[in-house]
Amino acid sequence: MTSSTLARSTADGVAVRARGLTLSYDGRRVVDHLDLDVPAGRITVVVGPNGCGKSTLLRGLSRLLRPTEGSVHLASDGARDDVWSLRPREFARRVALLPQSPPVPEGISVVDLVGRGRHPHHTLVRRWSGADDEAVARAMRATGTLELAERPVDELSGGQRQRVWIALTLAQETDVVLLDEPTTYLDLAHQVDVLDLLRGLNRSRGTTVVMVLHDLNLAARYADHVVALRDGRLVGSGAPADLVDEEFVAQVFGLGSRVIADPVTGSPLVVPTSTHHQSGPAP
Amino acid sequence: MTADLLTHAGARAGARDVTAVDSVDVAHVVRARRRPARRVRLVVATLAVVALAAVLVRVLLGDYVVALTDLLPILRGETLPDVPGASFIVMEAKLPRALLGLLAGLAFGASGAMFQTTLRNPLASPDIIGISLGASAAAVIALTFLDAQGLWLPAAALVGAVAVCLIMYAVGRGATFAGQRMVLVGIGVAALLSSVIQLVMTRTSIQDAQAALVWLTGSLARATWPVIGLLSVATVVLAPLLAACARWMRLAELGDDLSTTLGAPAGRARLGLVVAVALAAVATSATGPIAFVAFLAGPTARRLCGGRPSLWAAALVGAVVVVLSDFAGDYLIPDVNLPVGVVTGALGAPLMLAVVVTAGRAGKA
Repeated sequence: MTSSTLARSTADGVAVRARGLTLSYDGRRVVDHLDLDVPAGRITVVVGPNGCGKSTLLRGLSRLLRPTEGSVHLASDGARDDVWSLRPREFARRVALLPQSPPVPEGISVVDLVGRGRHPHHTLVRRWSGADDEAVARAMRATGTLELAERPVDELSGGQRQRVWIALTLAQETDVVLLDEPTTYLDLAHQVDVLDLLRGLNRSRGTTVVMVLHDLNLAARYADHVVALRDGRLVGSGAPADLVDEEFVAQVFGLGSRVIADPVTGSPLVVPTSTHHQSGPAP
Repeated sequence: MTADLLTHAGARAGARDVTAVDSVDVAHVVRARRRPARRVRLVVATLAVVALAAVLVRVLLGDYVVALTDLLPILRGETLPDVPGASFIVMEAKLPRALLGLLAGLAFGASGAMFQTTLRNPLASPDIIGISLGASAAAVIALTFLDAQGLWLPAAALVGAVAVCLIMYAVGRGATFAGQRMVLVGIGVAALLSSVIQLVMTRTSIQDAQAALVWLTGSLARATWPVIGLLSVATVVLAPLLAACARWMRLAELGDDLSTTLGAPAGRARLGLVVAVALAAVATSATGPIAFVAFLAGPTARRLCGGRPSLWAAALVGAVVVVLSDFAGDYLIPDVNLPVGVVTGALGAPLMLAVVVTAGRAGKA
């Protein structure tokens, strides 16, 4: 952690570090004394049952919710500065967040929406410049949205729209990108498409990706690192192959299952059992 | 630009610059970005010309026609020997009315568009959420109970509008869905204020009620040079502030979460609303609430600009509508002088239906 550049380029570096992180809404504790290391340059997927605090954790990491206890540090700061000590714009140049289905401004074109991601790089004096056009072009090329540039966003399909939102967070040019359920409302083909896109960006650019996913199988397939929450507490974390087994699924989701190897990728594949489909007679 | 790239690269060790930029891609982006911007500029320029023309029409035409060639000498303060009354009529009646209409229209249009865009709600315009009514109620109370006159009346109206805004801001502060809460609270406050006004009107003398009426329907009849002076000073001070806040407004459109993580905390965009309120309050204190102008200028400008909101276009639409409506109110029906608020109200209702209907269609497409 002494040299930020080195820390980020090595695989065992930590991009975001939370210690004793406690997050509450109106006095109700949603995330409880959580210790978390987000590996730099890797894809981390947060999983857990509904209401376990996944999205709240992401809000805590992205400075949308101020912790009641504990701290969040960016690795390049060492243990020096809490994220809350950074100015909003400064933080926005280092960590991007894609919320779950943000509102689309009426009548906005794709290129205009992606361009909003450049805001943290502007000041009152220095507005739009050639560097911004380049960043937007890069982000749109990487997400395959360049052809849509002049189209109004509200006319796009769900899958295209999600690519445009991802382009916006890429145009922000941060080291860390947080995504809250980037596959919601998408059909399976577009879910895979979005996740492939994110993995491609992670592999080619070394961007640290943290996302919340509902689907445990997609999580196991795309994550380098899985973080499992239940009732606001960390239940387990590690590589999917080491972490995800039948006991894990029972512990996190309270669900009986068989875990087999995914025939395509070899990653763990969770097949839920239910009382109606058990091979033996129902108890 | 080069220096910028260098500092970036230094700070970030070039990790993300592995993807080279294709100059064709950049050109594509620049082209796609500029085309709509050019349309907005064209619309704003055209509207500015139209607004100027509307002012000229208001000053030159009507019951007493003034020749364009006479206008410049009159403005320079010369008395024209062959048309003795012209100077007085232009300087004391026609020009103040036109200028007050122009300024108030600009203020209403800009503040309405600011509200609607920042709160992402077409209902969120100062005349719907009680800010104009706050001004009316305060003016009516000051008039009937405190016997306020002259510049005290606009001052009371300003206090009323600002008070409503403070209530809304206090309710919205720090809350989730602050925008929606502010709108709902505003509608509630508006209902309360209109019953307060009704109550005051029934309790007061007929003369006071007559005088109070102008604070319920906007009118340019009280156009005097001191009022115009105050309004133009306020506009000159507030317009650049509003322009500075417009960048936060553009982010506020993306919702509180995204705007915060992009480096503009949601509260900051609502600060822009304070500027918008001040603008609406000052204008209302000069003219009374002119129905529908703040509410419809934004959507109309947006339609003209090809779907994107533009504060300047909205402001100019407001100005054109107020000046022309005032003209129409004076001369459309012979021997009847309708206050401008009545005309905009009559025009506004069908226009609003049209906006709602076409917006519904666009949403389905």
